[in-house]
Amino acid sequence: MTRRQRRMLAVGALVMGAGTAVALALVAFQSNLIYFYSPSEVLAGELPPQARIRLGGIVETGSVERSTTDTSVSFRLADCEQTVPVRYSGILPDLFREGQGIVAIGTYDPESGFAAEEVLAKHDENYMPPELVDSLKDKAGTSCMPAVNS
Amino acid sequence: MIPELGHFALCLAAGLSLMQCVAPLAGVLSRRERWQAMAWPLSVGQVVFTVVAYLALTWSFVEIDFSVRYVATNAHSELPLFYRISAVWGGHEGSLLLWVLMLGAWTLLVAGLNKSLPRDIGASVLGVMGGISFAFLLFTLLTSNPFERLFPAPAEGQDLNPLLQDPGLIIHPPMLYMGYVGFSVAFAFAVAALISGRLDAAWARWTRPWTTLAWSFLTVGILLGSWWAYNELGWGGWWFWDPVENASFMPWLVGTALIHSLAVTEKRGLFKAWTVLLAISAFALSLLGTFLVRSGVLVSVHAFATDPSRGVFVLMIFAFFVGGALLLFALRAARFQVRQRMTLFSREGLLLLNNVFLSVAALAVLLGTLYPLFVDAMGMGKLSVGPPYFDAVFAPLTLPLVVLVAFAMPVMWKRGQWSRVRQQLWLPLLAAIAVTGIVALLGVRGLGVSAAILMALWCIAGALAEPVRVLRRRSRVKLSRSQWGMTVAHCGLGVFVLGVALVNHGSIERDVRLAPGETAEFSGYVFQFGGVSREEGPNYHADVGLVDIMRDGRLIATLEPEKRYYRMGGNPMTEAAIDISPLRDLYVSLGEPVQGGAWILRLYVKPLIRWIWLGALMMALGGALAATDRRYRLKSRAPASVPSAQTAQA
Repeated sequence: MTRRQRRMLAVGALVMGAGTAVALALVAFQSNLIYFYSPSEVLAGELPPQARIRLGGIVETGSVERSTTDTSVSFRLADCEQTVPVRYSGILPDLFREGQGIVAIGTYDPESGFAAEEVLAKHDENYMPPELVDSLKDKAGTSCMPAVNS
Repeated sequence: MIPELGHFALCLAAGLSLMQCVAPLAGVLSRRERWQAMAWPLSVGQVVFTVVAYLALTWSFVEIDFSVRYVATNAHSELPLFYRISAVWGGHEGSLLLWVLMLGAWTLLVAGLNKSLPRDIGASVLGVMGGISFAFLLFTLLTSNPFERLFPAPAEGQDLNPLLQDPGLIIHPPMLYMGYVGFSVAFAFAVAALISGRLDAAWARWTRPWTTLAWSFLTVGILLGSWWAYNELGWGGWWFWDPVENASFMPWLVGTALIHSLAVTEKRGLFKAWTVLLAISAFALSLLGTFLVRSGVLVSVHAFATDPSRGVFVLMIFAFFVGGALLLFALRAARFQVRQRMTLFSREGLLLLNNVFLSVAALAVLLGTLYPLFVDAMGMGKLSVGPPYFDAVFAPLTLPLVVLVAFAMPVMWKRGQWSRVRQQLWLPLLAAIAVTGIVALLGVRGLGVSAAILMALWCIAGALAEPVRVLRRRSRVKLSRSQWGMTVAHCGLGVFVLGVALVNHGSIERDVRLAPGETAEFSGYVFQFGGVSREEGPNYHADVGLVDIMRDGRLIATLEPEKRYYRMGGNPMTEAAIDISPLRDLYVSLGEPVQGGAWILRLYVKPLIRWIWLGALMMALGGALAATDRRYRLKSRAPASVPSAQTAQA
């Protein structure tokens, strides 16, 4: 092999390697995008079946029920119009409270409700995820919850 | 009175920094030595007034002057002095002031230690740094004045965010900022090189220690953030691929690439344009990180500001400096082209690979961090990128690097020799394989984890092989401090990978419900819950749990996790209790009370998690060693024109 051939081979290998890496990365990227939905959108049947999503809303007052035997807990997440039942097992974040905005990550099933793998609450009282603030606005664009400051 | 003095000092500092920017740069362009010479006194003046402003704000906190709005929103009369001093950077306004103060510290260091620089280079560097200072001082004064008064003064303040009342968080922001801001030095040197058109070995030698030092600070800053998240957030993880974490990690990756490409530029006079581009990118990513966490576009504890004008201002600063530098780069880069043959199997060739991997890794993180923002801005929906993406992309990009570290050690500049590689590396390879085998026999096995352990051990053993060889053979030749630094940092990388591999492989996390007296048992440990009692702290009260941990019937630790309720903030705070040992952490945190005195508890066993931070610490230490090598301290005012073609090892 001449030097030129060897170099072409090296360049070819490099391009192949880089191409594979990029392809793999994009596949990983595509399959890990998690979209944000509001309870109304979920109930409107807008999401693909078994999709992992972020569901954001206000924890409905009086809806939190702790199991008496294990670590599971259930509550309802509300936006301006609808509520979705959510199940979760484990420790809820410190800032989880009735009447507060939270985001849950998991999958939705029309029969059993939303199964959350992770529950995220805002980091402090004065701050709320922007997408949650947006989703809590009614059609006129005003916030439907007095507790929510946008 | 004092806050007004601080405000006034800040205005003076802004004025001086503008002069610090304009006078020397104009002097360089018009070749007026007198103007260039003004860089030093103007820098000192600027920094002095910045320090005065900073002290004024600190004084307001120490004296708890609630008539200052920033103090009223970030302090409380019961806040301990310790946290009152650190509360200065607990919010947006003060942390900007800290940023400017750090920039001042770097400016003084550069001005004081680099007196041997050719005058025009020194003047350009200080001028560019003055410009950056001016931009941030203006930002502070116009959008986020920390000295703003509040009338009438409230009787009580709103207290510092309880999340930030932790020793780790006191030093996390200053360290991170030292790193972020430190890259401005490399940036300033890059711009100086573009202005003067001189980019040679001497330039690389001036830039290297600053870059390495900044990188070390950034490493420590990120490490502290990770450590804090582990201790304070109560989630038991050490890295979450949170956009804010990514914002600090991207400049780190590019900074790491920069350190390595600078070595090539110094030793072989190659990669010149690339090095300059990396220096610009590292600082650009630091600014981007600042924008991301400060503008409120990201959801996190760091997002102090939801004021859009601030985001726009940072974006303008970003556009001005990065755009300007890139424009200059486009005009001048062709000048730095080097025509020289290079083979991949040489030190510089392998360092090129290192740079390729690191930049691609930085791009992958950038994609995952910015894509959701982009989609949102386009109005195409709200989404986030899950951690699995980063895990999937990151491992294949970084593990080859780990392998490469050991492999590159015996490869010389210009052209490597296989015989040397074989001779020096067969023993490390054998040792790595043997230890991996032993570890597998002890029970830690699995394809992924064993491969990672093998690579990490190979990295450590290979990194040690070179100093061992030097120490044995040429007993009179001493290893330089930068060689020690490199060895320590590369071993740190191996230690870090070992920690990550074992934590990913062997962590056990359980959320359990325990009544007083009940036990939970897993992986050989018995956790016995002793109930919860009420205790009082300085500005909070707490539920303190009692958990005895037993192994083989013996009590090995008693942990007291807390749930704190701060009097001012309505939110409870989880303080995890951790039993630390070199080989594993036992981690207990209180969840919430349920019926009959029972609590939901979170119990973790985390093998080798300390090694993650130990590894990062070793990297930072290595960087500090390398940056303080004697050869950077030479005071010669040598004309910087002869490209050095040394074959010595970096």
